[in-house]
Amino acid sequence: MYGWYILRRIAGMVPVLLGTTFLIFLAVYALPGDPVQAIAGPGQPIPPATAEIIRAQYHLDDPLIVQYLQYMKRLLTGDFGTDLNGQSVGAVISASWPVTLKLALTAWVAAGVIGVALGTFSGIRSGGVIDNGTLVLTTIMLGVPYFVIAYVAKVVFAVKWKVLPPSGVAEGWPLSYILPGAVLAIFLIPEIARLTRASVMDNLRSDFVDTAVAKGLDRRTVVGRHVLRASLLPVVSSLGLSLGYMLSGAVLIEGIFNLPGLGYAMFRGINQHSGPTVVGIGTLMIMLFLLISLAVDVLYGVLDPRIRLV
Amino acid sequence: MSELIPEAGDVLDVIQGTEQPATGARLSNRRMHHVLRRPRVLIPSLLVLLICLIAIAPALFAGWFGHGDPHECTLGNSGKPPQSGHPFGFDIQGCDLYANVVYGTRTSMLIALVGTSAALVVTLVLGSLAGYFRGAVDSVISRTMDIFFGFPSLIAMIILLNTIAVRSALTVSLVLALFVWAPLTRIFRASVLAVSNLEYVTAAKEIGASTPRILFKHVVPNAVGPLAAILTLTMAGIITAEAALTFLGVGLKAPTISWGVQLNTAQRYFTTNLNLLIFPSLFLSVTVLAFVMLGDALRDFLDPKAER
Amino acid sequence: MNAPDSTAVAATDPGPQVPLLQVTDLQVQFDTHGRTVRVLDGVNYDVPRARTLAVVGESGSGKSVTAKAIMGILPPSATITSGRIELDGVDLLTQSESARRAVRGARVAMIFQDALSALNPVLPVGYQIVEGCRRKEGMSRAEGRRRAIELMDLVRIPAAKARVNAYPYEFSGGMRQRVMIAMALARDPEILIADEPTTALDVTVQAQILHLLADLQAERSMGLILITHDMGVVANTADEIAVMYAGSVVERGPAAEIFARPAHPYTVALLESIPRPELRGQRLAAIAGSPPDMSRKPPGCPFAPRCPHAMPVCSTTVPATIHVGARSGAGHSAACHLLAMDQQPVSEGQRANHQHFMAQPNPSASEGRVAP
Repeated sequence: MYGWYILRRIAGMVPVLLGTTFLIFLAVYALPGDPVQAIAGPGQPIPPATAEIIRAQYHLDDPLIVQYLQYMKRLLTGDFGTDLNGQSVGAVISASWPVTLKLALTAWVAAGVIGVALGTFSGIRSGGVIDNGTLVLTTIMLGVPYFVIAYVAKVVFAVKWKVLPPSGVAEGWPLSYILPGAVLAIFLIPEIARLTRASVMDNLRSDFVDTAVAKGLDRRTVVGRHVLRASLLPVVSSLGLSLGYMLSGAVLIEGIFNLPGLGYAMFRGINQHSGPTVVGIGTLMIMLFLLISLAVDVLYGVLDPRIRLV
Repeated sequence: MSELIPEAGDVLDVIQGTEQPATGARLSNRRMHHVLRRPRVLIPSLLVLLICLIAIAPALFAGWFGHGDPHECTLGNSGKPPQSGHPFGFDIQGCDLYANVVYGTRTSMLIALVGTSAALVVTLVLGSLAGYFRGAVDSVISRTMDIFFGFPSLIAMIILLNTIAVRSALTVSLVLALFVWAPLTRIFRASVLAVSNLEYVTAAKEIGASTPRILFKHVVPNAVGPLAAILTLTMAGIITAEAALTFLGVGLKAPTISWGVQLNTAQRYFTTNLNLLIFPSLFLSVTVLAFVMLGDALRDFLDPKAER
Repeated sequence: MNAPDSTAVAATDPGPQVPLLQVTDLQVQFDTHGRTVRVLDGVNYDVPRARTLAVVGESGSGKSVTAKAIMGILPPSATITSGRIELDGVDLLTQSESARRAVRGARVAMIFQDALSALNPVLPVGYQIVEGCRRKEGMSRAEGRRRAIELMDLVRIPAAKARVNAYPYEFSGGMRQRVMIAMALARDPEILIADEPTTALDVTVQAQILHLLADLQAERSMGLILITHDMGVVANTADEIAVMYAGSVVERGPAAEIFARPAHPYTVALLESIPRPELRGQRLAAIAGSPPDMSRKPPGCPFAPRCPHAMPVCSTTVPATIHVGARSGAGHSAACHLLAMDQQPVSEGQRANHQHFMAQPNPSASEGRVAP
C-alpha cells in the first residue's frame, strides 16, 4: 500500500515538472522580442555572425514545440548550455553546488532546531516570557529585510568584533558558513516557530493527553513523546518543503557574503547579463525543489500512517 | 510566493491534498467594528493608514524639514551625514535622503497595490470557477496552481525579470502578481467550495436563478472573508519581494525612487555611510511589519480555525 | 438556606471491610471567563472491593468530573474546594503529585468515551498499551510486545499478534474500546473507571463491551466504576448504583434495591424513561424540563423544578441523605424530603412496571448470572 502511495505522488509530479520547465523555456525563448537578444541578455550588442551561430545552436528557426523538446533533450543529457564566455554552464554548476549545499543544509538544520525549540517552549507555556519573546523576535525577523540583517551582522561580527570572516569560503566549514547560515536561517525560523507553537498548543488540548496522564506518565514523557510526536507532523512537512526555500534564499545570501556557490554564479550571471547561466541554474533549482517536495511527501507518509490511505 | 508569506497552513494542504474549507464568515458591519477596536488590530491599521497617506501625498510629509524635493541635488553634498534641515543626511547624488525615502513609499505601495489587485482579479475569477463548477474546470485550474506552487518564487521571478527588457513599476508588479495568485486562489477556492454547499445557494439554484447572479450575489460575497487577512499579508510579501529583487538588480532601476534602489546603492557604502542603509531599511521594515501585524491580527480574529 | 443537613450517609456494604475507594463530600469548582461555577456540590459515594458501581446521571450531572477528580486529571481551571477521596483509607487529595502519579494507572485506571480521540493517532496500539508498565517495570521492547499481545488477547481482540503494531485508525470502534481497556488493565489496577465506555458504540457492540467488562471485573476481583447516562446499560452489570443529579448523589444503593424500590423521584423518572419493546407505539416517557444551569443553581433541592412530587420545603432546603427501607445495613439511601415524611414516591402502577422490567431476560446476560 505504501508503494502505491509513492507511485501516485511521482505520477502527480510529472505534469508539474513539465509545466514548470515549459514555462521557463517560454520565458526565455518565446517572449516577444528577439530571442537571440534574450539569450545574450538585454542590452548586449551582438555581431551578426554570432547571432547566426546562436540561431543554429538553439534551433531558433524551428517551431516552438520542437525547440522545447530539443531543450528538454539537452536537459536530460545534462547539457545546460554555454554561457557567452564559452564556458559550459554545467561546469560552473559542478564547481559551485557544494558551497550552496553546505550553506543551505547548515541554515536548514539550524532553522529547524531553533524554530522547533522556540515553538515548542512557546506552545507549552503560552503567554509566558518565552512565548512573548519569541513572538517579538519572529516579528522582527519577518519585517526587517534580510540584507539589512546581513550587513548589520557583518559589521558587528566581522568588522567590529572580528570573530567571523566577513566573506569567502577561505575558512571552510563551519566558520565561513556560520554568519551566512544564521542569516539564511532567519528566513525560516519565524514560520517554523509559529507552526510548531500552534500545533503544540492544539495537541496539548487533545484527549489523548488525558489518557497518557491517566496512565501515570510524567509530564515530560507526555509532552516529549505524545504531544511532540503528534505536533511535529505539520512541522516536518513544512520543514521539508523549506529546504527548497533555503536553496533559493542561498541565491541572495551568497551574493552578500561572497560565497562562490550556485547563487553567486547566478548573481554574476545576472550582472553580466548572461542569459544561459541564469536560466540553466534556475532550471536546476526548480527541479531540485520539485524533487524535495516529492521526498517530503514520501517522508510524511512514513510519519503519519493515516496519510497512506489518501 | 508561498515562501515569502508565512502561510504555514498552505504547505499542509499541498501535502495532504485535503483542504480545510474556510468557514466563509461574512463580515458583518457589527463584527468589523468589534474587530477594529482591539489594539492588536487598531495599531497596525492606523500605521497602514498613515503609510497609505504618505504614499498618496508624499509632498505633504517630505516638506517637513524644509527640503522636500527629492530631485533637488547638489553633488557637493554627496554622502553627508544628518544635519539640520536634513534629518537623514544626503545620498550619493547629494539629494536629501529624507525626501527620497518618503517618496519611496509611494513606489512600494503602488507596486503592492497593483500586484495584489492583479492577483486578486485572477483569484476571484479562477477561484470561483474552480470552487463552484468543480469537475474538469477545477482540475485544470488546480493543476495550474500546482505548477505555480512548484516554483521557488524568487528564482523564477529573477529568471523572468532578467529576460524582460522594460522594468517599470507596472511590469515588476505583474511579475510579482504571477507568483502570488496561486496561494490566494487556493484559499479562495476552498472558501467557495464550502459556501457553494450551503443551503441558500442550493435554494437559489432551485428557484432558477442564473449562474452569474448566484455567483456574484451569493457565493463570492460570502467567500471573500478569509481572503481579507491574507491580502494584507500578501501585500507585505510583495513589498519585501520587490525590495529584494531590486536589491539584486533585477527589479526597478534608477532613476525610479524606491527603497530597493536606495538599498542597492547603499551596499557599496555601508561601512562609510550607514545612514544610506539604515533609513530606507527603517521605512521598509516598519511598512512590512505594519502589514504583517495587521494581517496576522485579522487572520486570528476572522478565522479562528487557521493556524497561526 | 443552602447548606445541606449534616446527617450523612452511614451504610456501606455488609461486612466490616473498608470500601476500596471512598469519595466524601467532594466539592469542585471551575473558573472560566472570570466566572466561578460550582460543578460538584458535595458528592458522596464509595466503591466496595471487587464490585461494580454504576454512576448514572444526565450530562452535566458531574459524573465525569468526579471520575477525573479521583484520577487527578482535572483541567487547570478546576479547583477542589473541599472533600476527601480515600483509596484504601488514604486521602489522595493530601498526597503529593508524584504520589498521585504513582497511583494512576497502577492502582486506579480510567478509560474514556471516545477511543478514537483518546488514543494517540501516531503511535502504534501495542506501544500505547504497554507504555505505562514498560516504563515502570523496565521491560525490554520484546517483553513489552509480548505483554501487549497478551493483553490484547485478554480483551478478546482477534489476531492480536498481527495487529499489535497497527494504528488506532485501523480498528473499528468496538475494537478501539477494547484497546483502551487493555491499556487500562496493563498494570493490573485495583479499580477501573469506565467513563461512558459504550456511548459512542452501536447497540450490539455495546453489549459485547459491557459483557467483557463484567467478565474482567469478576476474573480480576477489580473494582469497577461504570459511568453512564443510560439506566438500561446498568441493569445487569451493576452491583451498586449511585444516581447523580446537578453535582451531587441523590440516591445510592444496591442495584436490585434501586430497580425494585427507587426512592428518589429522579431515579423513578430515569427508570420510566427506559424504552421497552412492550411500550411500542406509546410516547416515550421523558423527564420534563432540563438540568439546572450550575452557575445559577436555585436554593433547595436541585430537582425540585422538575419533580412531580415537589413540596414547598423542596425549594428552600437542600434535603439530607436519608436511609431507605427497613432492612438495616441494606445501604440504600436517597436525598429527598419525601423520605423524611415517610411517603413513598412510587405509585403502585409504576412499581409494577419496574418489577416487570427486572424480570425480563437481558440478552447480554451470561448463563446463570443474576444481579445480587
